[in-house]
Amino acid sequence: MKRTVVPIGPFHPILEEPLRFELHVEGEHVVDADVRISHNHRGMEKMCEGLSYDQIPFLLARVCGICSASHPMAFCNALEDLCGCEVPPRAQYIRTLICELERLHSHLLWVGLAGHFIGYNTVYMWAWKYREPILDLFEKVSGSRNHYENHRVGGVRRDIPDEVFPAIRKTLDELEPKAEMLLGAVIDDPVIHARTKGVGVLRNVDAVAYGVTGPTARGSGVNQDIRDTEPYAAYDKVDWKVVVQPEGDVFAKAAVRLLENFESIKIIRQCLDQIEPGPICADVRELPEGEGIGHAEAPRGETFHYVRSDGTNRPVRYKVRAPTFVNVPSFKANVIGAELADAMLIVAAMDPCYSCTQRMSLIRDDTRQQSVITHDELLQLSWAKTERIRRQC
Amino acid sequence: MLAALKRWALKKSPWVYHVNTGACNNCDIEILDCLTPRFDVERFGILLAPSPRHADVLLVTGGVTLQARGALQEVYRQTAKPCAMLCIGSCACSMCIFADGYHMAGPPDKVVREVDPDAFIAYVPGCPPKPEAIILGAVKALGAL
Ligand code: SF4
Repeated sequence: MKRTVVPIGPFHPILEEPLRFELHVEGEHVVDADVRISHNHRGMEKMCEGLSYDQIPFLLARVCGICSASHPMAFCNALEDLCGCEVPPRAQYIRTLICELERLHSHLLWVGLAGHFIGYNTVYMWAWKYREPILDLFEKVSGSRNHYENHRVGGVRRDIPDEVFPAIRKTLDELEPKAEMLLGAVIDDPVIHARTKGVGVLRNVDAVAYGVTGPTARGSGVNQDIRDTEPYAAYDKVDWKVVVQPEGDVFAKAAVRLLENFESIKIIRQCLDQIEPGPICADVRELPEGEGIGHAEAPRGETFHYVRSDGTNRPVRYKVRAPTFVNVPSFKANVIGAELADAMLIVAAMDPCYSCTQRMSLIRDDTRQQSVITHDELLQLSWAKTERIRRQC
Repeated sequence: MLAALKRWALKKSPWVYHVNTGACNNCDIEILDCLTPRFDVERFGILLAPSPRHADVLLVTGGVTLQARGALQEVYRQTAKPCAMLCIGSCACSMCIFADGYHMAGPPDKVVREVDPDAFIAYVPGCPPKPEAIILGAVKALGAL
């Protein structure tokens, strides 16, 4: 059958972020897929080397606008691993609270976008409407709707005043029935079942082989959550459970996220109950030479940070590995063989976030065994040839 | 006469096209937020257009990376003129924290002016600007057009 290439992007109304997909299709079915990234590569790791440890969290929050608590969290974990300082309990709870509020808003955002992708714009509008009160809370506790800038080495920058706690409880009380309604809307709808069940199955073995993380892995029956396996902040002091679904299809991933919302609400409530007055930041003056690693469970999976210090106030090397970076390749395993109409939904089920994933990438075409040449490179080659000939004459 | 008519029509129902040239995603989400129930700019006839050829307003977020540079210029060339460009967020206004990045080509206004020196460009600073600010920016830009 004839093979057709469907190019999508780099700027496309269904993509929030620049990315180029090429789907190779035969008839209705996808037989191969190709992704081109790095439209959004901003060279953050290099920039970190020029900033002091107090400035870096501000930059790292901007790795990704949705995970703007998880990346600084992983940074703090890495540095606290390096210098071995004790974080005061109140700061631990505030960190947990912010991270879970972030997970709530991110999962709601995903539910909305997934609804949009299958043509249920009502779900999209609902989910985003219920997300707004959480952003209002963020504005109350941190001054900004999206970039909270709350974490710093040794603790947090800002305390959450006790007067705000009732407002947080009230928002959660209002959100819980809405989250239940969304869960019901997805679980009971026959059309959503038909569109998502058995679609884009990522088998358990593939999930392990590709090393996927987060809801993508938990939707394939992999019981893996950094909050559980390597607890940071106050996750070991609160009671919650890892949500795992075995099926691996789009429906399972949606179910994981929808059920995690309730776990997040549970965690935040416990934080509010257990938090006690006290200092919010340890005094960190000296950082030793050496390396530190930090993990954090972002809404999309494990984010990993590595820092190497030479004892000055700047890192020598900083490394960020965002969850989407490991999740994206897995779509080779589940998009191939799918119908073209499902391709976008399958990719969206992974909740990809490209701004954090962007690397400099050199692309080699396996069949031709060479880099794919761009227009500019061709031009350069041509100029170089003229130059060469001119020199020879 | 025709130009006046075009401007009048533009103000009545501006269609926007959204381009992320190297943003952190947050400004983009705030733009989508404007379209969802709390802010709902569709009330004013503002719609997200499916293609730059239908767009009256280009919403650009983020500083322009080297890779996105050509693509942004191409998108701008494709838009129907007159087309206003709105730089949303501090990154798009001034590059902000990313000014020294090795992979940055410059702020979007500079990149677009390379292809159209007379481009109409408005700025909404903030990191990210609140949806209210984005709406105000769009209203002011359309008023000035
Ligand atoms: S202005 Fe701020 S929120 Fe907007 S893209 Fe830049 S860093 Fe992200």
